[in-house]
Amino acid sequence: MSKKSYRAAINEALRQEMRRDPTIVLMGEDIAGGAGAPGEQDAWGGPLGVTKGLLAEFGRERILDTPLSESAFIGAAAGAAATGLRPVAELMFVDFMGVCFDQIFNQAAKFRYMFGGRARTPMVIRTMYGAGLRAASQHSQSLYPIFTHIPGLKVALPSSPYEAKGLLIAAIRDDDPVIFFENKMLYDDEEEVPDEPYAIPFGEANLTREGDHATIVAFGRMVKLANAAADRLEKAGISCNVVDPRTTSPLDTGTILECVEDTGRLVIVDEASPRCNMAADISALVAQEAFGALKAPIQMVCPPHVPVPFAPNLEDLYVPSAERIEAAVRAVMAYKAREAA
Amino acid sequence: MQMNREDLLQAYRRMRTIREFEERLHLEFATGEIPGFVHLYAGEEACAVGICMQLTDRDAIASTHRGHGHCLAKGVEVAGMMNEIYGRKSGLCGGKGGSMHIADLSKGMLGANGIVGGGPPLICGAALTAKVLKTGAVAVAFFGDGASNQGTTLESLNLASIWNLPAIFVCEDNGYAESTSSAYSVGGSQAGRAAGFGMPCHEVDGFDFFAVHDAAATAIARARAGEGPSMLHVRLSRYFGHFEGDATTYRAPGEVERLRAERDCIARFRKRVTEAALLDDADLDSADEAVTGEIEHAVADAKNAPLPSEADLLTDVYVAY
Repeated sequence: MSKKSYRAAINEALRQEMRRDPTIVLMGEDIAGGAGAPGEQDAWGGPLGVTKGLLAEFGRERILDTPLSESAFIGAAAGAAATGLRPVAELMFVDFMGVCFDQIFNQAAKFRYMFGGRARTPMVIRTMYGAGLRAASQHSQSLYPIFTHIPGLKVALPSSPYEAKGLLIAAIRDDDPVIFFENKMLYDDEEEVPDEPYAIPFGEANLTREGDHATIVAFGRMVKLANAAADRLEKAGISCNVVDPRTTSPLDTGTILECVEDTGRLVIVDEASPRCNMAADISALVAQEAFGALKAPIQMVCPPHVPVPFAPNLEDLYVPSAERIEAAVRAVMAYKAREAA
Repeated sequence: MQMNREDLLQAYRRMRTIREFEERLHLEFATGEIPGFVHLYAGEEACAVGICMQLTDRDAIASTHRGHGHCLAKGVEVAGMMNEIYGRKSGLCGGKGGSMHIADLSKGMLGANGIVGGGPPLICGAALTAKVLKTGAVAVAFFGDGASNQGTTLESLNLASIWNLPAIFVCEDNGYAESTSSAYSVGGSQAGRAAGFGMPCHEVDGFDFFAVHDAAATAIARARAGEGPSMLHVRLSRYFGHFEGDATTYRAPGEVERLRAERDCIARFRKRVTEAALLDDADLDSADEAVTGEIEHAVADAKNAPLPSEADLLTDVYVAY
């Protein structure tokens, strides 16, 4: 056990899994960097240094820098997965899915079902998401609901370094295609992470705070903000469950529903655009399955339905904050049911 | 490459199987018993067979929406395919794929594909598998003149070239992307495109089985030797519409009849092997008879086979709801 950053935890998961299984290859743009160039090899180790150092151990046979051709290499990952490799492809920013989405949702996602269970597609697409880097509309989106919508894909959203290592190892060992969403604002976060490999099973939510008054369900980086809000509320005498579902597909609906049954109040924090996002999805689930337990209307804490803006003050207004989460919890606590007519 | 008597007989039988399969589907589709869309390969048989008969089960192919010919040429079994096309539980994909998604990975057949241009990136992946695991296998992407204009195809040519992959890109240029002619839709030439990505291109008469076979032999040998990818630009023609139900009014009057009468790949093969006394009419006639019986049997079997059960709706995929 030692303190590791989110970046280092991902790197360690990749390294340990590649040592264990020679069929694992990595591919992506600049994941080593410097391919064919006169200067340093492994010049970048990925645009944010996540894969740095893997080239030295595994060589260019298994660390494959690609041209800027997402359709070709994401599709190649699918074809390689169907024929015996276990590729981990890096789609640098999830915003780039627009140029290769067919290979993900019409090819990789559908092979197993469409071919009557006679194909498996063990591939992982690691991708960066989320606002906060002042990267504007085309490098800041939180597009995980789109992938969650597609049957055949699994979707993981690690919320901390510990989660990142365990969920990535589980993703690599999974025989279905997994889209692994790394929040770009978390790479420098540190916490204690076991040195040995471990897998965190998909579809099992993590309860990061336990409380009696309200339940907060949050995804990815929003878990950190939800924990901060819950800690502040605790001091004010309001105790919250904070549920990190870890994966949106599979989704641990059981834990969410149990927490709602216990507390009767639900706040969902989702960095994705509000229409058809996870907050809307879980609201529908709770309305169907736990309507009678609710003591207040569900609160959704989401960005406004606009592209991610560039100006720092606007971007800060855009992203859900611990303050907004706290206010939403206070709102569900303050809600008084209308008198029956 | 020299072909022995057995190879020739097998080539003939596979081409005849495809022709009979497709001619029969043309008739059966008109009865309304076959669900969905069907795109027939009749007329193009020499291409699929001339290439696939030189591949093993370890070698991978990716096909197109017009995929029956590639499947049969790669050795996928007739009955399983027919059952699949009829949407039966006993189909190769349990009735969940249908005509546009028939696959048999045990035969190296990575699937017909409903997305034009869907296959070439997958084939880069299959070729990468062969290269990384050093299996000696090759991977072949079949795509049409329509798909030749998709970015996926052009990106794949580049990726295969820079990674020196054991891949073969077969452009089946039947002259029409749906109803739009390749004379209109293709800028430059296929050979020029291949050259642009640094790979050789063989211009092939797709009505001539032996021409396809020879070009494929060269490309496959190059790929197996680790010398990199090639393209085959195969000019051929489909005898039916883009899909069954297409009135094909965009074709010239008499165009298909003339091709059938003058250039048909199977008739040409038959003439050549009998004139050279490599096979005789009796061999070929008995192959015809066997094929007719096999297709007849497959259709009858498929029509009577059970449908998938309600439980099958939710298997072979992770289901949350």
